[in-house]
Amino acid sequence: MSKVIEGIKYADSHEWVKVEGNIGFIGISDYAQHSLGDIVYVDLPSEGDEISKGEEFGAVESVKAASDLYSPVSGTIIEINSALESEPELINQDAYENWIIKVELADPSELDSLLDAAAYEKICE
Amino acid sequence: MEELKLTCLHDKHVALGAKMSPFGGFDMPIEYSSIKEEHTAVREACGVFDVSHMGEIFVTGLDAEKFVNHIFTNDITGAPYGKIYYGIMCYPNGGSVDDLLVYAMGEGKYLLVVNASNIDKDHAWIVEQSKGYDVVIDNQSDYYGPVAVHGPKSEEVVERLLKLNVSDLAFYTFKEIEVDGETIIASRTGYTGEDGFELYGSHAYINKVWDALIASGEVLPCGLGCRDTLRFEVALPLYGHELSDDITPIEAGLGIFVKLDKEEFIGKNALAEQKALGLKKKIVGIELLDRAIPRAGYPIEVEGEEIGTVTTGYHCLSVDKSVCMALIDARFSALETPVEIRIRKKTFAGKVVKKKFYQKNYKK
Repeated sequence: MSKVIEGIKYADSHEWVKVEGNIGFIGISDYAQHSLGDIVYVDLPSEGDEISKGEEFGAVESVKAASDLYSPVSGTIIEINSALESEPELINQDAYENWIIKVELADPSELDSLLDAAAYEKICE
Repeated sequence: MEELKLTCLHDKHVALGAKMSPFGGFDMPIEYSSIKEEHTAVREACGVFDVSHMGEIFVTGLDAEKFVNHIFTNDITGAPYGKIYYGIMCYPNGGSVDDLLVYAMGEGKYLLVVNASNIDKDHAWIVEQSKGYDVVIDNQSDYYGPVAVHGPKSEEVVERLLKLNVSDLAFYTFKEIEVDGETIIASRTGYTGEDGFELYGSHAYINKVWDALIASGEVLPCGLGCRDTLRFEVALPLYGHELSDDITPIEAGLGIFVKLDKEEFIGKNALAEQKALGLKKKIVGIELLDRAIPRAGYPIEVEGEEIGTVTTGYHCLSVDKSVCMALIDARFSALETPVEIRIRKKTFAGKVVKKKFYQKNYKK
């Protein structure tokens, strides 16, 4: 059974965003890592890139398939999790602890259109 | 959408919690635990695969040898009982109908083992070509439910857990064994680059084999996910990727299975001409200098010009490198030729290498 945690927001494309101040940490859900299987590569964007909500910013690749990543929010990428370059399997180990990018939010009101834990759990059923 | 067929082990895959997905018209297990774990089990110990989606077509009759030689690129002339041949069935233009194994089952009797996705096409092709030959074509794909047991421990496991005497089988040979009132076929063949066996029997027998192996806890159930990573690493072709109606066995690098000195076979003239004139396109190996993964269909470029496409690619599990097989313009096929692979929005540098990324470990 996949884990859904409280206190963060989810996109129906299976990314999550955890907000601290005006910074959003973005990763993929436990359901997503489980569906993908062994993750062997994370295609990371560059720091400083501007992204819009719903825009593709990279990909997570398991042994058998590539899955695009879509940003749940708009903003500027201020940091990428470079540990994933050499240890992509960290996402399999804990999908919520291992964020992929940090974004400075351009429009915090976008968060309102995302799913809470209960609503996200329903779409994973 | 056509309804998916189920193998005789389908309930067991579901009960084991396998991720299921359509393949060749069947609902097949892709992975049970993880592709990496299953891959490693086959390289280091032992795994079992449900391969009952494969097709089994018998050719019997007075002209059987002559007919099989007519439709098959390898040469089965005078094949002794128990010997197995790998080869390709070609169209007159040299394109591939399918790749297959031919089991020599005694005078005038051959078993053709074909790819799941091609059973109906192959059967129709074989029947069509058989006009004028004294042969009977019998598609027994629904009777047999083969399983494959592979890995360095497979001989010991098959002997002890299944009570089958297989240690005397040489690579690419088989024997028929009486078990519980039926005749099963045990062959030392496979698609993983490791030692191992394929067992062909009734659905009841195959279920017994599966249960005994899984219950032992010594043999890991393995899905098609790792079957593909395993065969890929040792450069075994998959029909639809490295071979197709548009890719000849010569282009696929399978020339040693094409016996051009044979009197005749379908496609011979086209393949001989291709060999004489030189290839325009060719399957090669490519290694990336980055961890990005080249997937089937991604373009290969040289100086911005597309020169081919990836046919199969992975981050290779046994050697920790991103590598692929690709069909490219033969002018760029020399080893060490620099190429670029377009992956999503970026291009990554790579070079042409030998396509065998891992050494086979057969017991000969």
